[in-house]
Amino acid sequence: MSESLEQRHTIALLVDNEPGVLARVIGLFAGRGYNIESLTVSEVDTVKGYSRITIVTSGTEMVIQQIKALLSRIVPVHEVHDLSIEGPHLERELALIKINNTGEQRIEAMRIADMFRARAIDSTLTSFVFEVTGSPRKVDAFINLMSAIGNTEVCRGGVVAIARGSKIELGAPS
Amino acid sequence: MKFAKYQNRKSNNCMSGAAIIVKALQEQGVEVIFGYPGGAVLPLYDELFKTNNLRHILVRHEQAAVHAAEGYARSTGKPGVVLVTSGPGATNTVTGLTDALMDSIPIVCLTGQVPTHLIGTDAFQEADTTGITRACTKHNYLVKKAEDLADVMHEAFYVAASGRPGPVVIDLPKDILFSEGPYHKVEEVRPCAYKPQVLDDEKKIETAVDLMAKGKRPIIYGGGGLINSGPRASELLLELAELTGYPVTLTLMGLGALPASNSQFLGMLGMHGTYEANLAMNQCDVMLNIGARFDDRVTGRLSDFSPRSTKIHVDIDPSSINKNVKVDLPIIGDASMTIEKMIKIWKHKGYQKNDPQIKEWWSDIEGWREEKCLEFKQEGKIIKPQYAIRRLFEKTANKDTFITTEVGQHQMWAAQYYGFEQPNRWMTSGGLGTMGYGLPAAMGVQIAHPESLVIDIAGEASILMNIQELSTMAQYKMPIKAFIVNNQWMGMVRQWQELNHGSRYSQSYTESLPDFVKLADSFGGDGMVAETVDELDGVIDAMLNSEKFFLADIRVAKEENCFPMIPSGAAHNEMILNSGDSGVTPKTTTAGMALV
Repeated sequence: MSESLEQRHTIALLVDNEPGVLARVIGLFAGRGYNIESLTVSEVDTVKGYSRITIVTSGTEMVIQQIKALLSRIVPVHEVHDLSIEGPHLERELALIKINNTGEQRIEAMRIADMFRARAIDSTLTSFVFEVTGSPRKVDAFINLMSAIGNTEVCRGGVVAIARGSKIELGAPS
Repeated sequence: MKFAKYQNRKSNNCMSGAAIIVKALQEQGVEVIFGYPGGAVLPLYDELFKTNNLRHILVRHEQAAVHAAEGYARSTGKPGVVLVTSGPGATNTVTGLTDALMDSIPIVCLTGQVPTHLIGTDAFQEADTTGITRACTKHNYLVKKAEDLADVMHEAFYVAASGRPGPVVIDLPKDILFSEGPYHKVEEVRPCAYKPQVLDDEKKIETAVDLMAKGKRPIIYGGGGLINSGPRASELLLELAELTGYPVTLTLMGLGALPASNSQFLGMLGMHGTYEANLAMNQCDVMLNIGARFDDRVTGRLSDFSPRSTKIHVDIDPSSINKNVKVDLPIIGDASMTIEKMIKIWKHKGYQKNDPQIKEWWSDIEGWREEKCLEFKQEGKIIKPQYAIRRLFEKTANKDTFITTEVGQHQMWAAQYYGFEQPNRWMTSGGLGTMGYGLPAAMGVQIAHPESLVIDIAGEASILMNIQELSTMAQYKMPIKAFIVNNQWMGMVRQWQELNHGSRYSQSYTESLPDFVKLADSFGGDGMVAETVDELDGVIDAMLNSEKFFLADIRVAKEENCFPMIPSGAAHNEMILNSGDSGVTPKTTTAGMALV
């Protein structure tokens, strides 16, 4: 039993898009003291009314098993997939970073943004707003560099994730 | 495909929301509702008024309505139904709902709500019922359109009763009860995402049987899942026990799943379980857990729980697996279906009741049984509580008896000294430990079994928590017997204060108890006091002969403690056997002191 080893897991849920479903999911984590590192939710099938929730959490193997079992028994939850153990998957995050600086550092900010393929989507003479997408680690790195060269404000969209390959795991149930 | 059917179904069968609810209840086979009216549910009460074949039992407090529904559900196996109003009506059900969630009891609770356009305005008697009950229900619904009502009603019964059962709340805004919507029959309802697994891979069950057959020190540890699976599970458990010759222990929730008189039954295990059951759990090499959840009352100190065993866990709820105790072989499934498969495989593989192999194990167990851990001496005139319950058992064992309890010492004594031969005969608040459970639960049992003898083994402190229900019992002429084991203390609190807090009895003595005989009389029932041993049998006889509800005030030895006991934070092999034993037992550790 890997009791002490905490690992990061990305869990994808397909749920009925109905009031309270997010509260049920969050309540499960809050009520049992589990940690949510990132959570995104959005409707993915407007006709049948399904939403997809992506949760990044960390815990021991036993805790992660518990989380998945508890999520599965929520009535409006159709599918629970632990992308971290089910095979290779992709994770992407969107972030908006506002940076205030001047002179040489302004040029440096542009240079770094270029390297990270971040786009400047707003600018004043003393500031930029950059849009960056990528793996959470790439976004982390970009934010770290930016905050070293100016005052920053950060808004991150949270992790969205999907399995690689052709298999459709979390399509709308028929 | 199911979805298309749901979209295309006819909706010409329109009626008011209240009528949809009543029709759905009838289609679900509901015979009785426990409830209390109020402003928000008046249209529904009006509909009930016009209906002849739905009985409504008017309780005196909404908490009691839920406990009564629990008693009904536990003694029949059918979901219990509750109907209360908005605001305080709904909030008063919270303890009952939590109790039902912890003990996995199927309940459908209909709560009134302010009309949809007033939700969120702090309207009169408004409460965020779905918000409040989210954590204490298996699922809940707020119905915002009358079109959804029939689907929600049927789905609620399905969710409450399937998989691991539990309470479901349906919150009903008042305007929904008036507005018109279509009625749909059960077979027409929209598909539900909730589909619990009822049987696991046969290979896993086969592996389990192989492991069991190889065991030299095997044990079967059963719980409430056996009861919830229906009486068939208990029959199959007996068959499995006889087939294998293995010892069986049951949790508080599982009592009755194997006849208490069966020679292979070791008694209840856990904090106040028998010496032989706990030592067998500690020493076993293969453990088959069926429908129990390794509760902290059962395991004691986790790090020393059954250290040398291979553990097989059969449970219908995947989240019960590996929650407290890491097991070697998890099997997700219904108890009956899984045991049936096990029996089939055992027979098919030609496994025998291998006496020589487990003979040594049984001789160890017999040695532990020699301790006679439940033995007590009734000396002098003062009634020992154990003796009182033993006498009650002896006088009611051959009757058609159902037992409920409150929570505390009397509950543990009842579990230890009252032998249950059948399932569904024992209703007690196990998980939540709700004082005040027994009296209203007995009402639900009595309504379901009007001809049977229903006894609430109570403590004088617990029973006062829902004593108002005497009025309900009087109204419906329920001849319930309350056997009050009266020691004037909150006995279990006092026992813990004695063991862990230097006998500083802070707030655990009840100064001003009522005269229970006069109390019974004032509500229209009978009552009697037994002060001494000579009076006990007479009071029990009078109680059994009374046609009214009866409060038997049994004055017992005040400072008697409940033994054997595993002190909190201790292991199974560190039991205190009796009060004189404290010298040889380790004191409760600091870590143990922090546990409940």
